[in-house]
Amino acid sequence: MTNSALNVPAFAVPGRHSVVVRQAPVLTLVLALVALWYLAAVLMNFGLVRDAFEREEVPYTTGDVMLGTLQAERPLLPAPHQILRTFADGVFGYSPTSARSLVYHSTVTLSATVLGFILGAMLGCVLATLIVHSRTLQKSLLPWIICSQMVPILAVAPIVIVVLGAIGIRGLLPKSIISAYLCFFPVAIGMVKGLRSPDPIQGDLMRTWSATPSQIFCKLRWPSAVPFLFTSLKVAVTISLIGAIVGELPTGAQAGIGARLLAGSYYGQTIQIWAALLAASLLAAALVGMVTLTERWVGRRMGVRP
Amino acid sequence: MPLCEHRTASDVAALARPSGRLRAVSPMHQPANPTTDHRILSSGRPLVADVRDLSLTFETADGKVEALAGINLQIAEGEFVSFIGPSGCGKTTLLRLIADLEQPTSGMLQINGVSAGEARLRRAYGYVFQAPALYPWRTVEKNVMLPLEIMGFSEAERRERARRYLALVNLSGFERKFPWQLSGGMQQRASIARALSFDPALLLMDEPFGALDEIVRDHLNEQLLGLWDKTGKTVIFVTHSIPEAVFLSTRIIVMSPRPGRIIDVIECDFPRERTLEFRETPEFVRIAQRVRMGLRSGHSYDE
Repeated sequence: MTNSALNVPAFAVPGRHSVVVRQAPVLTLVLALVALWYLAAVLMNFGLVRDAFEREEVPYTTGDVMLGTLQAERPLLPAPHQILRTFADGVFGYSPTSARSLVYHSTVTLSATVLGFILGAMLGCVLATLIVHSRTLQKSLLPWIICSQMVPILAVAPIVIVVLGAIGIRGLLPKSIISAYLCFFPVAIGMVKGLRSPDPIQGDLMRTWSATPSQIFCKLRWPSAVPFLFTSLKVAVTISLIGAIVGELPTGAQAGIGARLLAGSYYGQTIQIWAALLAASLLAAALVGMVTLTERWVGRRMGVRP
Repeated sequence: MPLCEHRTASDVAALARPSGRLRAVSPMHQPANPTTDHRILSSGRPLVADVRDLSLTFETADGKVEALAGINLQIAEGEFVSFIGPSGCGKTTLLRLIADLEQPTSGMLQINGVSAGEARLRRAYGYVFQAPALYPWRTVEKNVMLPLEIMGFSEAERRERARRYLALVNLSGFERKFPWQLSGGMQQRASIARALSFDPALLLMDEPFGALDEIVRDHLNEQLLGLWDKTGKTVIFVTHSIPEAVFLSTRIIVMSPRPGRIIDVIECDFPRERTLEFRETPEFVRIAQRVRMGLRSGHSYDE
């Protein structure tokens, strides 16, 4: 009996193929999407480019127009290679402190995101803790928490920025507050569920040892809620990025991905908008990736079954 | 069988009737033997549990459910008492009342001379549930150390005790394993080590081996009996297995459902050291027979 449990059976991983074979379905899909994108770019920009040829009164063929649709300066839909070129240019072409550098703008947005995420996650955890410990608070807080998310953030954001600006708080903090306002919600809801997830027997055990409420929280409720916490944090971190970007829009901020998007739309710089969007999505992917890595690390320490 | 045939319905009724003190009913008809006479037992050794006219009625959406009615029971130090009965007879509820995990509707309940709530606060007992209920994020060692952490033992003391009690339940070498890496029987042994870790004088066990297969169960029964013999703890044990109850107990409390009540009390004065082969002896079979008759007279087999 004792030996069988020590030898944890090593299950063979079925179907180990080369990287290429394994990634083939994903690659095919990506290629198909890129092809569709090019097709859409040609179709959408066709009229624009043809009109330009007409205006300049130069002779042109359909081939010229089609080629033009993929090289236009301000197309309706930029082609992927244009976006990538502008993106690469924005990332590597300028010093990271330059206002033209995407790295600079991403850093500005990222710092607001991270601060907002930390504030929001903490707020969510505190609210959830209060809710699971008091019926009164559950009844009084929960409706407001849900209501807070029904207000469109685009309406709230300018108010927050203006009010905080009036009392002298500018820059990073107002954006972080908007971001926190959005991202505390999934954390609060997830953690209420998580803190209530312990098995009744596990709670009875604590009672038989006459544990204090704080011991029950630290040694039972909190560890039980950790899987719920990470699921909520993954949702929260992407939302907090959106919050930070939205927070950059109403002020006409000088820096940040939001500012970049706004500037792009003022001047019809569609390629610049798309490059900024690409930066934002890469940022979001990196943030979720970091939460996932933390989750794995914590999971290993907490004996999660691999 | 002949032992039980002469028992009448009025005998059973007399046993079930609430009374200040339970009469000792010796199946062997050996009232001269001082170790089986309950009055001498309880006067010679302090009472661990004193239950008088205890009742519990649950209020449910479908109306009142009488879980326990008129329970009278005295358990002295060093006894191994089993509650046996069909599902729904309130045996687990009675154990939970003793542990202050439920509150009685009426009646008196004292543990070590104080109320059940006070006894719980004094950490008078270790409780083993039917499921191991190990905390999955803690290693086996840290699970055993958990009650010690809560009770404020020093780090060195915690390690030392975890080592000692894991050795006692034959789990040395598994300290760093997580619960899922252990078999069901090993998990339950770890949970027993956890209940023993702070050395409570009273052990409450709620069908601890109910979910295990018979081979593991037999083995653990033997280990538990050895442990009880070695440590001299008082054990209150809930089961629905007749052989298990007869093999382990110094006294068997037979219960019947709707409402949960005690219908028979059987003293077993078997030698303290016994092996599994003991279950083939005539004395064993006789007691088992009596338990079965008790359960039958309580209409446990009706359904």
